[in-house]
Amino acid sequence: MARIRLEQLQHSYLANPLQDADWALKKMDLQWNDGGAYALLGPSGCGKTTLLNIVSGLLRPSAGRIRFGDEDVTDRQPDQRNIAQVFQFPVVYDTMSVYDNLAFPLRNRGTAEAQVDARVREIAALLDLEAMLPQRAAGLTADGKQKISLGRGLVRSDVNVIMFDEPLTVIDPHLKWRLRSKLKELHQRIGMTMIYVTHDQTEAMTFAEQVVVMHEGTVVQVGTPVELFERPRHTFVGHFIGSPGMNILPCEVAGGVARFAGIPVPTANPAGGAAGGKRTEIGVRPEFVRFAAQGIPVRVARVSDAGRHQVVETRHGDTVIRVLLDEHDAVPAQTAHLAFDPAFTRLYVDGWLAGERA
Amino acid sequence: MSAKTVNHRAWWLVLPVVLLVGFNAVIPLMTVVNYSVQETFGNNRFFFEGVKWFDQVVHSARFHDALTRQMLFTAIILAIEVPLGVAVALAMPRKGVWASVCLVLMSMPLLIPWNVVGAMWNIFALPDIGLLGWTLNKLGFDYNYTRQPFAAWATLIAMDVWHWTSLVALLAYAGLSAIPDAYYQAAKIDGASSWAVFRHVQLPKMKHVLTIAVLLRFMDSFMIYTEPVVLTGGGPGNATTLLSIDLVKIALGQFDLGPAAAMSLIYFLIILLLSWMFYRVMTLDEE
Amino acid sequence: MKRFMWLVPALYIVFLMLPIYWLLSMSFKHTNEILGGFTLWPRNFTLENYHKILTEPTWYMGYVNSLTYVTINTVLSIAVALPAAYAFSRYRFLGDKHLFFWLLSNRMAPAAVFALPFFQLYSAIGLFDTHIAVALAHCLFNVPLAVWILEGFMSGVPKELDELAFIDGYPFWKFFLKILLPAIAAGIGVAAFFCFMFSWVELLLAKTLTSVEAKPIAAIMTRTASSSGYELGLLAAAGALTIVPGAFVIYFVRNYIAKGFSLGRV
Repeated sequence: MARIRLEQLQHSYLANPLQDADWALKKMDLQWNDGGAYALLGPSGCGKTTLLNIVSGLLRPSAGRIRFGDEDVTDRQPDQRNIAQVFQFPVVYDTMSVYDNLAFPLRNRGTAEAQVDARVREIAALLDLEAMLPQRAAGLTADGKQKISLGRGLVRSDVNVIMFDEPLTVIDPHLKWRLRSKLKELHQRIGMTMIYVTHDQTEAMTFAEQVVVMHEGTVVQVGTPVELFERPRHTFVGHFIGSPGMNILPCEVAGGVARFAGIPVPTANPAGGAAGGKRTEIGVRPEFVRFAAQGIPVRVARVSDAGRHQVVETRHGDTVIRVLLDEHDAVPAQTAHLAFDPAFTRLYVDGWLAGERA
Repeated sequence: MSAKTVNHRAWWLVLPVVLLVGFNAVIPLMTVVNYSVQETFGNNRFFFEGVKWFDQVVHSARFHDALTRQMLFTAIILAIEVPLGVAVALAMPRKGVWASVCLVLMSMPLLIPWNVVGAMWNIFALPDIGLLGWTLNKLGFDYNYTRQPFAAWATLIAMDVWHWTSLVALLAYAGLSAIPDAYYQAAKIDGASSWAVFRHVQLPKMKHVLTIAVLLRFMDSFMIYTEPVVLTGGGPGNATTLLSIDLVKIALGQFDLGPAAAMSLIYFLIILLLSWMFYRVMTLDEE
Repeated sequence: MKRFMWLVPALYIVFLMLPIYWLLSMSFKHTNEILGGFTLWPRNFTLENYHKILTEPTWYMGYVNSLTYVTINTVLSIAVALPAAYAFSRYRFLGDKHLFFWLLSNRMAPAAVFALPFFQLYSAIGLFDTHIAVALAHCLFNVPLAVWILEGFMSGVPKELDELAFIDGYPFWKFFLKILLPAIAAGIGVAAFFCFMFSWVELLLAKTLTSVEAKPIAAIMTRTASSSGYELGLLAAAGALTIVPGAFVIYFVRNYIAKGFSLGRV
């Protein structure tokens, strides 16, 4: 079962949405290819869980259609869509053993007991749960329970998409990476489409091949982690991804050249088309800012040590510009000049990459 | 469920409760114990008698009869009220104006003072002037609860079910509300039938409230006094003389403080023991 | 099958309303009519029962008194029960299981056992015939009930929620008020209603501990069983009026009782 397509999808939790803000999901078209590992990344409230629940069928969209392959599944219930979902808090059937938990979806569908047994053991082996099969599910730790949730999804042979709604939220930090690696390993082995909702960019970037970044109900950018990092299409993406995020500097555009504080800044995308009255900004990541002999004059405000890097916070007037340096690089004492790498400096108009409207 | 952490400073959180309840419980209780081991001839002089009263009470046939009647009564009402309450809670709307209507109407029987409940039903069930009694007789049943032990029992049980089922229903309803949506969602994705959802999601998650409901009804029905006294006075004869009615008859009627106090303590101990057993059984898997 | 689900609560409520209708109809009748024969609705409709209650101070003060001590008791019970319930739910400490059961056991004692000792105790500390006395005395059985109910609901909230909040930087009081309490709203609603209800209908202790100043309505109603026989109409009217405050309470907490909580990061 191939692609997932969302066509003209819109959703509001209100009966009569009037303004823009009433829509949890603004109109969008989105496509996910078969077998991919996707992340839905965005801050709390951006609509990612809403989107997830619409895809899984737990929520019916106010407008738009959803297609799995060529079939329109908008009207179908979750158990008819061949999907599985893992929730933020572990959901297990407390009274049943781990074995029975894993067997539950199959038994509900009337599968023969012999097949159930084979499949349950297979999945338990995959998830390292074999030793715990006879135990009561309620007695497991949080990561064990999440594995059971995952297992219940994997056990069904008709599942095409597995959706994860911030599944690592309650897992102990030192176990998070283990479960994350497990998920990645699973994806490589099974090849099912996996959609992973999170607000943690590290999780998204390490897990996914393609990341869908959302902000206030809109899909802002879809791309590989590298693309998102090097070429953010929206200042939000630049700001949200990367630690620290992209520097965003207000600028003026005149005569095809962007200027910050009067100093011309060469940008990778042409600045020519910027019309008057719109908000123009320059975006450049701290990784691509260097101290130089001449350029933008700044005052060095603070140096933070972040392990193998140093983050130097500099100020020009009220604007903060951060520079990322190696841990052994020298940091200028009080005043310095900054130069930006033109290949990674971009002009943004009203938040969007100039020359590329949404 | 992750394990509780050991923290003895939690006692500070519990202290107000202990003080408030302890103040009301320990001091008065000592007084009762005091009476139960003494004899008085009414002139305010007490003689220590040891376990004489306890002995007398435990061996009296009258006590055994009252205890048997009590157990039967409690068993019957539990068997009716708990399933009925749960069924109502499951079937009630979860939100909207009808949910409010249901909640308000359901809570009404609980709010009526118990003597009024007894008096209401007393008239309600009278054959010649009450709605229930008159209707039943009109329909051909020969019904008179003041004369027929079976009718008296039936009326008593109907009254209790009418009065208290809502307690179970309210508790069950609150318990159901507290089940997070994610469980229903997961069950939906797992393709579970309504019965499977009830058995594996709703019932287990309602265990706490059901334990409370069962124990509460058990305790309260064991101690029931005002309603049956006003309804039937314990009659006809002593057909509906439940344990507490018997106790009061002895204490007030015969001014025997000693036996009465002893009886109340035995009474208390029985409830304590049975409740403890119930409690252990119902919280078994939390070890 | 699902379409007929509404029949269950509907039939149940009809069953509940029949005696209540009867009560109401009795309240609008003279006692003579009630005892004289069966009448489905009042033949000689009268408001004199209600009139008496609403105009005679001894009567309506009964309601005021009851409301006063019941409110004090409910607020007090829930307030002390919340921290205790949290302790029982989240921690193991010395004697916790025994303490819990001891609390429950206080609800098992028939009030008759405590009537006389309470009278002596509260008189001794000079609180006889005050609202506070009854409010405190009722704590004997209401506080254990509140702790019991609240503990159950708190245990239904996964401990991970606490940990998440602390990681997110919430101080304990903020977590308690803004995260935990809303999550157990259903429990608080039902516990508050039950405390109100059990205190409201408790007759023996309330009567024993009061005489004039704080006499509750339930005690005043027993006066209707006087030498002139049962004044049924009056009793019915008084009984009907006792439903009103409680109905308000449950209406007030209805949203709490029906409130669920979603397992989500705050």
